[in-house]
Amino acid sequence: MAKHYGILGLAGATALALALAGCSTPTTSNTAGTTGAPATTSAPATVTIYGTPTGDEGNQWEASWKSWAAANNITIQYTGDRDFTTNISTKIQGNALPDIAVFPQPGLMQAVIGTGKVQALDATTLAEVTKNFSADWQKYGTANGKQYAVPLDASAKGYIWYSPAAFKTWGVTVPTTWDDLMTLTATIQSKVGGPVWCAGFNSGDATGWPGTDQLAEYVLSASGGDVYDKWVAGDVKFTDQPIADAFTALGKILLDPRYVNAGFGDVASINSTPFGDVANALAGGQCALTNQATFLQASFATAKTAAGTTPKVAQDGDIWAFMMPPVAGKASVVGGGDFAVAFTDSPAVQKVMAYLASGDYANSLITVPGATFITANQGVDVTKQADPLLASAMKTLVDPATAFRFGAGDAMPSVVQQAWWKGTVDWINGTDQTTVLNQIQSAWADV
Amino acid sequence: MTITPIAKSARVAKRSHRTLSSPWATAGAIILAAIWTVPTLGLFVSSFRPAADITTSGWWTFFAHPAVTAQNYVQTWNFVSSGITVSQTLLNSLTITLPAALFPIMLALLIAYAIAWMDFRGRHVLFVAIFALQIVPLQMLLVPLLKLYTGGVTLFGVQVFPGFAANSLGSGFAQVWITHTMSALPLATFMLHNALASIPGEVMEAAQIDGAGHGQIFLRLALPLAVPTIASYAIFQFLWVWNDLLVATIFTSGQNAPITKILADLSGVKGQDWYLLTAGTFLAVIIPLLVFFALQRFFVRGLLAGATKG
Repeated sequence: MAKHYGILGLAGATALALALAGCSTPTTSNTAGTTGAPATTSAPATVTIYGTPTGDEGNQWEASWKSWAAANNITIQYTGDRDFTTNISTKIQGNALPDIAVFPQPGLMQAVIGTGKVQALDATTLAEVTKNFSADWQKYGTANGKQYAVPLDASAKGYIWYSPAAFKTWGVTVPTTWDDLMTLTATIQSKVGGPVWCAGFNSGDATGWPGTDQLAEYVLSASGGDVYDKWVAGDVKFTDQPIADAFTALGKILLDPRYVNAGFGDVASINSTPFGDVANALAGGQCALTNQATFLQASFATAKTAAGTTPKVAQDGDIWAFMMPPVAGKASVVGGGDFAVAFTDSPAVQKVMAYLASGDYANSLITVPGATFITANQGVDVTKQADPLLASAMKTLVDPATAFRFGAGDAMPSVVQQAWWKGTVDWINGTDQTTVLNQIQSAWADV
Repeated sequence: MTITPIAKSARVAKRSHRTLSSPWATAGAIILAAIWTVPTLGLFVSSFRPAADITTSGWWTFFAHPAVTAQNYVQTWNFVSSGITVSQTLLNSLTITLPAALFPIMLALLIAYAIAWMDFRGRHVLFVAIFALQIVPLQMLLVPLLKLYTGGVTLFGVQVFPGFAANSLGSGFAQVWITHTMSALPLATFMLHNALASIPGEVMEAAQIDGAGHGQIFLRLALPLAVPTIASYAIFQFLWVWNDLLVATIFTSGQNAPITKILADLSGVKGQDWYLLTAGTFLAVIIPLLVFFALQRFFVRGLLAGATKG
């Protein structure tokens, strides 16, 4: 019995010690991190930022503002959370707010702005945002005529990957219009005598999304931003002409057994091919063209060329990419980006927000070692981006003439997005286009 | 102390001992244990294989082409996410887990004793009510508890509890301890009540006749007799809290995150570094294993408590 007392006594003592040690922590650091701290404090202000990237990507974000924060006597405490999109809602409802939150998509951010807990941008930050970002980007952070969000980084979809070496052999050049692209496809087909394009739509529960991206790119390019916005809002139906035309146009490639699925099989194999695997077929030379976002670049690191070497991604190398050529003349980009909003109204937080909106920050962001950030901030110096592919993407993004929109699927209600994924899979499997379009459109009734 | 129940349970124990220790049963148990261990073994073998091997071939090919590296462990140990390292999260996990396992046990012991051996009106209703709380899912508590921690409690204009911090992303472990304690109490009370209630009434009466009060009975009689159950519940609760990610991410900052948070981040934003998880899980599992082996002799006894009552 004495022995049992020993165990319990020890356990109790440990618990007590820990309780004391742990309880003393909050009191010390809370004073520093208190929201709405008076403006007069001269100690280093702590600003908390809560966002999605973790690990290396998160560390790269932290690196992007580190030297500025140190020079300005502000401690920025970044917390990355893979489940940000779920947890931020809980934290907002529970009033446990970070000073700044970085949203990976505008839909959720708009809902959060609607709660009234987000601070509108102060005059300095607003001036920076107005100066540095196109109207398309500003609009995503606007509600009730006020600007709430600062766009941070960006990503671009709609890249068509190809092999510059193979293009040289075939004597073809990069197309500048959609019609050129179709001609190019036919030319390559006649030279290789087999399928030209490869595509992979398989992505587990989200199988079909690469197809929805391609369709969104075509709609934006062919019909412009207004139609695209109405379509996202549900006012233009899937069954309407602009959308149906986009399906028809893409079908001329994706549903044609003469053109797909190079390196994998017949048309239906598109649905079973994991989206990253197309990199192997392209590097190995079985496939000539594939449409995928900039992130495909990472997949080439593990791919092998026909000669067994790792492909060199460069304009004069084994693999390179061009932006999907415009259908109706004007350049357009479908992509994504992160937006920062402030929950706290304090000078330190406003200072950080103003910095995040500045051209200085954009330059710091794209030069973080090892990172692959791009930005739509027009104050950026594009020449500082060493990676030529990212630099070319950024040139398009910061061009004020470029129409920019978020991926349509991500911006639509999730039931519609899922119906669209499923519809894309059915469409590839050979279901008649009208049936597919009616099916996707009917999902709007469940919203 | 009466003889009957003990003799009876000894008889049952003897019979089950005979059945369970037949050679066939032993062989079956060993085979089951072996099959059960295969995935863990695979994980362990994988954790020492080079990254390129892990991503391209199965762990069993290791035996044909052995190539050993500690690189995964080195890379995991040096991994930094949101400014914290693996060693820091291990420390955080311990700081979260020990109190979060001990607090509910201490409270539940007192509650269970009162319900089992103090005669007051409505104690059975109270017991059922407490155990019924087990059906409330933890997820439903998150928002109300956050509001409580951030806003505090003010009753009739008097501030009863000021709240922990205006900013939950500040630091502090207390929120996590309290949350885990709250969610653990129903089951802890139930298990410990069953253990305490199975003490023969004659023993309690004898103690009372000898002049012991409730305090003495609790400390010198009930507590020692409940040690196996306490130990087995401690293992349950320890593992549950150790493996928790949800409560920790909602209620603490990145600086106070437990090992599960780093494990979640380890595979990279696009899951490209998943092979590191092999080493990460082994680093994370060492402490729970130590706890399990330290308390396992109580564990089996605790699980069987009441099972052989006949």
